[in-house]
Amino acid sequence: MIIGEQKSLEEIAGMLEGQQRILVAGCRSCVAICLAGGEKEVAILAESLRLLSSLKGRGWEIEEATVERQCEKEWVAELSARIEGKGSVLSLACGVGAQTIQAMYPQVRVLPGLNTSNMGAPEEAGVFVERCGGCGDCVLHLTGGICPIARCAKSLLNGPCGGSQGGKCEVSPETPCAWEEIHRSLERLGRLDLLEEPIPPKNWLPSRDGGPRKMVRKEAVLTEEQKRSKGGKP
Amino acid sequence: MMRIIGFCCERGPEEAVDLAGERGMRYQADVIFIKVPCAGRVDVVHLLRAFREGADAVLVIGCLEDNCHHVYGNLEARKKVERAKQILDEVGLGSSRLELFHVASNQPFRIPRLVAEMASRVEKLGPNPLAVKG
Repeated sequence: MIIGEQKSLEEIAGMLEGQQRILVAGCRSCVAICLAGGEKEVAILAESLRLLSSLKGRGWEIEEATVERQCEKEWVAELSARIEGKGSVLSLACGVGAQTIQAMYPQVRVLPGLNTSNMGAPEEAGVFVERCGGCGDCVLHLTGGICPIARCAKSLLNGPCGGSQGGKCEVSPETPCAWEEIHRSLERLGRLDLLEEPIPPKNWLPSRDGGPRKMVRKEAVLTEEQKRSKGGKP
Repeated sequence: MMRIIGFCCERGPEEAVDLAGERGMRYQADVIFIKVPCAGRVDVVHLLRAFREGADAVLVIGCLEDNCHHVYGNLEARKKVERAKQILDEVGLGSSRLELFHVASNQPFRIPRLVAEMASRVEKLGPNPLAVKG
């Protein structure tokens, strides 16, 4: 899932300077799980902004709406009546959701209420950790199911650096050394032999170095005839 | 007269409020008590809305710690009050206008004291600028 964190109220208020009719739009998917942009967070932020507006005389008219997934056009289409007449949408989804709204409603200004951080997982209630670097060339089969790209501060592919001390990373004593964890995992699996094979230099082209990525599933792409029969809808 | 809102858990604090009323205890402010199923049920949105609608101070009264009928209600209440306090500071209203207290049903004498405590804080901070006049 995508992990995000709400921007400070001060920063959000700054972005809303000069705006009047505002829709705070949440997403019930990843950002709801990481408690940053679901229905509850939308309600709290909207009420905070109403309070701020009343106190500072900003004159904001704030409405709230939350869709199932802000990254999909079908769900974002549900917002059309709510966006009607608004000058801006404050998106509490990840950057993907915010861009989907902007693409579908080019007449409104979409403002990001969250800082989208990473792809991760809940470790315990209220704690979310990064787990995948989205490198486009997965090596988890060689590393005991632990990602060295996301979980090693240096994204090393062939063992720990000299900063690994007592199983912790030199970047922070709270961060486990990914390579210590990889070693322990492979030991448990009886596959320490995998460490003897060096992982060759990584091809970063499938990652961000190759520019924005696009996947096409040919079997799912609609033919022109299908598109026409669906009334032009995706 | 300053206006104070008190969210009271129906398990213990509400009984204390009733007893305070039955015994004719007087408050130093215009107080409205709102009964809730548990202090943990009070949401950040409820707290902020009370201030937007003009409350000078808000107190949340839960049962004594470790004596919650819903086990974790008190802990939940504390987290929500802390979050709302943070927002009150951010919007410039001041976090000390909001507080969480723990009262048992047989402690009615504490209710006017808590109201007095909040009233004294409001006197220091001044009225809520959004307070309804009159």
